[in-house]
Amino acid sequence: MTFEGNHCEISAQDFKMDKPARWCPGCGGHAVLAAVQRALPACGTKIENVVFVSGIGCSSRFPYYINTYGFHGLHGRGAAIATGIKIANPNLSVWLVTGDGDSMAIGGNHFIHLLRRNLDINILLFNNKIYGLTKGQYSPTTPKGTVTKSSPDGTIENPFLPGELAMGAQGTFFARVVDNNMDMMMDVFTQAAQHKGTSLVEVLQNCVIFNDDIHIEIADKNLREENQLYLEHGKPMLFGKDRKKGIIQTGGKFYIVKIGENGVRQEDILIHDAYKYDDTRHYMLARMILPDYPAAMGVIRCTDSTIYEDALYNQIEHARHKSLIKSVDDLLTSGNTFRMG
Amino acid sequence: MKKKVKVVERDAVVIKFAGDSGDGIQLTGSQFSDTSAFLGNDLATFPDYPAEIRAPQGTIAGVSGFQIHIGHKEVQTPGDQADVLIAMNPAALKANMKWIKNGATIIIDMDNFDARHYKKAEYIEDPLYDGTLEGYNVIKAPITDMTRDVVKEFGLDALTADKTKNQFVAGLLFWLFHRDIKIGEKFLRDRFKSKPELIDANIEVLRAGYNYAETLEAIATVFEVKPAERGPGLYRNINGNVAIAWGLLAAAEKAKRKLYLGSYPITPASEILQELTKMKHLNAIAFQAEDEIAGVCSAIGASFAGCLGVTSTSGPGLSLKSEGIGLAIITELPLVVVDVQRGGPSTGLPTKTEQADLMQALYGRHGESPCIVLASSTPADCFDFAYEAARLSMEHMTPVILLSDGYLANGSELWKIPKVDELPAIHPPLVQDNDPSYQPYNRDPKTLARYWAIPGQEGLRHRVGGLEKADVTGEISYDPFNHEFMTYTRSEKIQRVAQRIPLQKVMGKEKGDLLVVGWGGTYGALFTAVKELQSDKYNISLAQFNYINPLPTNTAEIFSGFRKIVVCELNLGQFVNYLRSQLPQFTYLQCNKIQGLPFLISELKIRFKDILKKEQKS
Repeated sequence: MTFEGNHCEISAQDFKMDKPARWCPGCGGHAVLAAVQRALPACGTKIENVVFVSGIGCSSRFPYYINTYGFHGLHGRGAAIATGIKIANPNLSVWLVTGDGDSMAIGGNHFIHLLRRNLDINILLFNNKIYGLTKGQYSPTTPKGTVTKSSPDGTIENPFLPGELAMGAQGTFFARVVDNNMDMMMDVFTQAAQHKGTSLVEVLQNCVIFNDDIHIEIADKNLREENQLYLEHGKPMLFGKDRKKGIIQTGGKFYIVKIGENGVRQEDILIHDAYKYDDTRHYMLARMILPDYPAAMGVIRCTDSTIYEDALYNQIEHARHKSLIKSVDDLLTSGNTFRMG
Repeated sequence: MKKKVKVVERDAVVIKFAGDSGDGIQLTGSQFSDTSAFLGNDLATFPDYPAEIRAPQGTIAGVSGFQIHIGHKEVQTPGDQADVLIAMNPAALKANMKWIKNGATIIIDMDNFDARHYKKAEYIEDPLYDGTLEGYNVIKAPITDMTRDVVKEFGLDALTADKTKNQFVAGLLFWLFHRDIKIGEKFLRDRFKSKPELIDANIEVLRAGYNYAETLEAIATVFEVKPAERGPGLYRNINGNVAIAWGLLAAAEKAKRKLYLGSYPITPASEILQELTKMKHLNAIAFQAEDEIAGVCSAIGASFAGCLGVTSTSGPGLSLKSEGIGLAIITELPLVVVDVQRGGPSTGLPTKTEQADLMQALYGRHGESPCIVLASSTPADCFDFAYEAARLSMEHMTPVILLSDGYLANGSELWKIPKVDELPAIHPPLVQDNDPSYQPYNRDPKTLARYWAIPGQEGLRHRVGGLEKADVTGEISYDPFNHEFMTYTRSEKIQRVAQRIPLQKVMGKEKGDLLVVGWGGTYGALFTAVKELQSDKYNISLAQFNYINPLPTNTAEIFSGFRKIVVCELNLGQFVNYLRSQLPQFTYLQCNKIQGLPFLISELKIRFKDILKKEQKS
């Protein structure tokens, strides 16, 4: 993509730092970083207008590894810092990089309120279902029963599905990608950037050290065609090696069918409507889990709604236009004042 | 034909309004303050209300109060004891008997002085006849009944009708203080601009109160407080919370930065948030965050993006913001944290005043994390110190904690309106686009402040964060000597602020028997007590501190001029212990109060005289 005016073409190279990222060899983070660096030039934002914000955790080191403005914040508070940045200057393209501990546990409150307010911020949620930087305790997305350093007898907590939380918080954009699919990540990151409103992309990320192969049934090259349903707006929900498997809905429930079996035809398969405001079907898609269903991937929900900063700046413009008070001096001398002497 | 009354001139009068928290006490109080200001009286007010919105009616716990001190001479406090008490029910009378002067005028609403109300107020005997009120000038007015009579023709519902009875009281006071009732009528027209149906009813009740007073035998003399002898200029009545909001606005305008406030509602600081949400026309942003932490973190984000980032709170909220303040210290970004102190710990006394967050402001963070700490000392100078906090924060690129308190926040006084032009300049250390020499942790050699490069600026991309940064480059560094160097640098940066703040002033002689030391919101009471003792020829002076960290450079010099030093504060001794650590060469006496109430002038004078007496003996 080229820029008009004086801006020369920017490429993935412009987003690279001199020093290598300090994630473990084989960490999913490296691929996500590369995908972001390759997707950003196509997003059409001036490089000095891009800001990466994060909380604390392995994923949150991201801002140090990309050559933009960056803010490495406090544990869980990246969403609040990003909110301040975006409200202060809506022209900035603000990206929040966070993990399942950072935004599902300690930062859960900020996370849901960011989605509810619908600021135009892009969230990359690295979900490796484990605490990596503190060396292997369970996280709020760790499957129930998992033995970890802090759950020697298996966890007894029900895990969060980030998509459910996003929908419950009235999120307007939810997508899911896997860290070993560069094309999928680039495509979805670009759509997230273009969406007006808070975009949440759940990245199924592998932690080679503390939770290796946690997403293997979805990510494995031999299994992924059977176990991933890649959604595209306006296209039928088909999957499987020969793309003969599909989703139909009867009553309030999804069923997996095979085209050609039991009289099922191609046109019986549900068409994905990511743009629909009603989130009932998006919610059902986000909740599909193996082994009963394939995992829904790609952009599950992408719908328009009022953007916080737009509404705020409209109010500001209106107030500035309407008020006779144009300066602090005007304010100080307005209303009940008394002259003496 | 008007009744002939004797007009007595008074230098100062203290009036206390008291009733149920739903009685419109605060409204009547602010109406009386505004008209007093309009007439040119100097004034100070102090509202005192329960934490519950509508505490049980008629009970002592539900009594809401508003005290106003008006004067022809300079008024520094809302007054120890009242000359006039308005008690809307027996509970209000009971709760306030110890706060009125001997021989005071007491106006009571007779309609609420019955067996049912006595029981609620836990009166065993009828206070009107058991001698309780002997020696006072009691005006027994059937306020509720007469108000209902007057408003009958306006067809208001019973609740709205009863709410107008505060105007009956106002009318009484207009007569009692020899004031033009038209001023009160104008106030009501402005006040109910958006509810015109209430204007006429309220005005009628106001007039009824005024006319009723005229007929009363009990009012043989009326008082007049002549305009104050303040210098010429434009004045207004302002409370501490509004003054803080406006001071921040002025600083943002001066520094050409957008003001961003990230806050979560908390008593008694919420009004700062509310006030700034009304300032969109001045380009100010006030973001109501989901919690205290989001308030401070969003303000830090906004500062990174080039705004003057501010968060306002009270003690419990300051605790939650500690980690965020540490982040602003290590990222070296401007941040103003306003702490309107209240009684603690925990939820404590949310609507009462206290000065017990000083240690938290100075030290309440992990790691070596020095902060500039300021304290405002009157409702009006909250404007100056909010401005100063913003100036220091932006020029030195570091957080500033401004300590106000519940007394300053809700109290009001007459304020000479400054011109923004005349306020000190503010020069944030901004950077030009594409400055080839820019490095995130390069510093101004004088102040040691790093430079403020803002996202969106070309050629200045950089990263900040909570991990320790290498000197100059700002890259992550775990190097032990770099950490030590950066820790010393951050400390030195705060110490150097002492060179850029005014010297400490002394009220009175620079040498003497006793130096009274105070800080923040106790100024009015300490000033008055010391002034009165000075005019009684005592050798006493006052040093009231606004700059807490760093201390003014002449502090030790001042202390060395006195034989004794007493540090007065509304806590168990936080400032005195800070002084003991900073200037251990002096011996400090203490005067502490921890009742959720301001100092009384009388109790201070007793304590000071006691110290001075011992001084003479020794």
